[in-house]
Amino acid sequence: MKEAIKPRVGIPRALLYYTYYPLWHAFLTELGVEVVVSPPTTKGIVDAGVKVTVDEACLPVKVFCGHVASLRGSVDYIFVPRLVSVEHRAYICPKFMGLPDIVRNNISRLPELIAPSFDCSRGEKGYISGFYEVGRVFTHRSREIRRAYNLANERLSKFVRAMESGLSLGEAFSSVGLVEALAASQAATSGNANVRPGMGRKDAHAGGQAPSLDGNPSCRDGAISGIGPGEAEPITIGIIGHPYNIYDSYVNMRLIERLEGMGARIITPEMLPLSVVEDEAARLPKRLFWTFARRILGAAYHFLSSPKVHGCLHITAFGCGPDSLVGELIEREAKRRREVPFMTITIDEHTGEAGVVTRLEAFMDMIRRGRGR
Amino acid sequence: MKLTFPHMGNLYIAMRALFENLGAEVVIPPKSSKRTLTLGTRYSPEFACLPLKVNIGNFIEAFEMGADTIVMAGGVGPCRFGYYGEVQREILKDLGYEFEMVVIEPPQGRIGHLLERVKKLVGKVTARQVIYALKLTWAKMSAVDELERLANVVRAREAEKGSTSKVLETVLGWVDSASTIEEVRDAKEEGLGTLKRLPMDGSREPLKVALVGEIYVVLEPFVNLHVERELGEMGVEVERSIYIGEWVKEHVVGDLLRFGRKNPVKDSAKPYLCHFVGGHGLESVGRAVEYAKRGFHGVVQVMPFTCMPEIVAQSILPSVSRDYDIPIMTLIFDEHSAEAGVITRLEAFVDLMSRRRK
Repeated sequence: MKEAIKPRVGIPRALLYYTYYPLWHAFLTELGVEVVVSPPTTKGIVDAGVKVTVDEACLPVKVFCGHVASLRGSVDYIFVPRLVSVEHRAYICPKFMGLPDIVRNNISRLPELIAPSFDCSRGEKGYISGFYEVGRVFTHRSREIRRAYNLANERLSKFVRAMESGLSLGEAFSSVGLVEALAASQAATSGNANVRPGMGRKDAHAGGQAPSLDGNPSCRDGAISGIGPGEAEPITIGIIGHPYNIYDSYVNMRLIERLEGMGARIITPEMLPLSVVEDEAARLPKRLFWTFARRILGAAYHFLSSPKVHGCLHITAFGCGPDSLVGELIEREAKRRREVPFMTITIDEHTGEAGVVTRLEAFMDMIRRGRGR
Repeated sequence: MKLTFPHMGNLYIAMRALFENLGAEVVIPPKSSKRTLTLGTRYSPEFACLPLKVNIGNFIEAFEMGADTIVMAGGVGPCRFGYYGEVQREILKDLGYEFEMVVIEPPQGRIGHLLERVKKLVGKVTARQVIYALKLTWAKMSAVDELERLANVVRAREAEKGSTSKVLETVLGWVDSASTIEEVRDAKEEGLGTLKRLPMDGSREPLKVALVGEIYVVLEPFVNLHVERELGEMGVEVERSIYIGEWVKEHVVGDLLRFGRKNPVKDSAKPYLCHFVGGHGLESVGRAVEYAKRGFHGVVQVMPFTCMPEIVAQSILPSVSRDYDIPIMTLIFDEHSAEAGVITRLEAFVDLMSRRRK
C-alpha cells in the first residue's frame, strides 16, 4: 500500500494557512497524502486572484483565490475548508463560510475540491465531523481517521505553544517538523521575487541579520519579559492584525522586516498566551463573536497597557468587516489611554510601498522622540 | 424616559405602536436625510458599513429632540450588525451624550430574557397590555407590507408619474395614526382601495424585477436612493425579497417558538451556496434562483459597501445569472452614492431587459 502513488492535495498558502497549516498538514500526511503548498505570494498570484474575484472582495480573499489558481494542474485535490466557527459560540468572518462556493463559482478548470465544514459554534462535534469528511476521501477506516485526527491536533497544540513561547512563525513551523515546506518558501523568498513593486528601496537588515523566513518576526527571546536588566531596551512594536496579513510578507510589503531593519523588535498576538488575550478581550461589555477579531482586540488592549511595548501597529485589509469595528474600539481605547502610540495601516492590492515606508519611519521617529523625553 | 430607535424604511410605524402601547414615550427621529448621513459619517469609523453610520445620525437627531434611551437590536454574528450597538454606544459616549442604550439580543428560545429586557424599558405592564401591543404592532406591520406591495404593482402602471408614491405616503400616515386594530384594518382597506383607484395605463406590460440583498438597504429608500420608486416610475414592477412582517414571522416568531426549520430558500441556493454566510447572503442567492424560475426579467442586488455576507452572494450570483439566463445587477451603496449614477445604471438595466424581451 505504502508504495502506491500518493494522492496530491494542494493547500493554498493564504488565509488560515498561517494558523492551521500544521494541523492540516499532519492530518493529511498521516492519511498517506502528499501535501503540496502553493508558493509564497507573488505579484502574479495576487493578479490572478484579483482577476477572478469581484472587486468588493478583500485582498486576503483575492490572494487566496490566486493561490488556488496557482495550484491548478499540479495537484489532484485542492483543500478549501469551510471554516464556520473555530470555537464555541463564535464565528469567523462570513467570507470564510462561503469560501469554497466563492472558489467554485469563480475559478475555472479546478481539480476536485476538498471542502469540509468546521463548525464548533455548537460544540466539538462540528469540528470532528469536518475531519471525517476529509478522511473519507482517502480511507474507509474510521480508526485511521481518528488516529490522524488525534495526532494532528497534538501537532497543532505544539505549534501554538511554540508560537506562544515567542518563536517566529517559521521557527514554530520547524518545531513541528515542517521543514520541507519552509525550505521551499525560503528558496522562493531569497530570490527576492517577493518584493512588491513601487519604490525600489532595499532596507538594510540590522546587524547583518538574515531576513527571517516569510518575513516573520524573529523575536527569539519572545515574550516581552525576556529582556535582562541593564540591557538597552530596544523599541518593541506590538503588531496586531489577522495572521494572514501579518505573516504574508508580500501582502504587507515586508512590513515586519522593515521595522526590524529600523531597529524595532516585533511581537504579535500569537506570541501572547491565549489566556492573557482572552482576559483583556473580556473587558468588553459584550463578548465579540468573531474569534480572530477578539484575539486582535485582546492583544491590542494588552499592548496598549504594557509598559514594555512602545508602539502598536494595526495591519488591516481594506474593507475588512470585523476590523472596521474592532479597529474603532482599539483606536478609542488608545486615545483614552494616550500611553502607547497607535497606528493603522490599511493594505489592498493597490498599496504602494513608498507611502507605507514613510509612515513606518514617521511612526518610529515619533516613538524614539517620545522615549527621549 | 424617552425612547428612540434607528430608522429602517417604514418600520417606525410598527415600532411606535409597540412602545407607545407598552406605555413608553417615544421619540421618532426625523426621516433619514442628507443631514443624518453627514452627522453619522462624521463620527463613525470610516470602514464601517453604511447602516451603522445612518443609525448614528438617527440617534444624534433623536437626542436633539429630547430622546434619552436607545433601543437597538443585537445579534450573535457573524454579520457586523450584531455588534453595532456596542460600537455605537462608545461613539456616542465619547461625543458626550448622556443616554441609556438597551440592546435587545436575539432570545434564542429564551422568552423570559426578552421580556426582562422589555420590562427594563417600559416598566411594569400587564400581560394583557403586552398582548394587545404585540397584536397592534403585527397588524400595522402587515398593513404596511401589504400597502407597499400593492404600490409596487400600481406604480409600474400609473398614468401620472409619481402619483402612487404620493398616495402611498398619505395612506401609510393613516396606518401610523390608527390607534386600534379596527382602525388599522380600516386604514389598510381604505388605503388599498385608494391605490387601486389610481388612474392606470392598462396597455402597459411591465417588466418584472426582483430586489434582493441586505435587509437594511432593501428596506430603506433613503439609503438605496429610492430604487423601488425609480424602477417603478420607469414602468417596472418590483418585488422585494424582504418585507418586514414576513421577516419578523420567520426570524423572531420562528426563533421563539422553534418552528421546524424547513427553509425552501436554502434548497434553492444549494447548488451555488450551501452554507449560511450571515446576514442575508444565502437568501440573496436562493431568492435570485427562485425569481429566475418564476420568470422574472431581472434581479437587482443591493448592499452596503463592504457588506461581508452580500459580497459572498455577489461572488456567486454571476453563476445564477448564467445558468438561468437572467440579468442580475449589483448596486452597492455608501455615503458617496449619488442618484444620477444609480439612475443611469437602472435605465441601462431596464433597456437591457426590454431588449431581451423582444
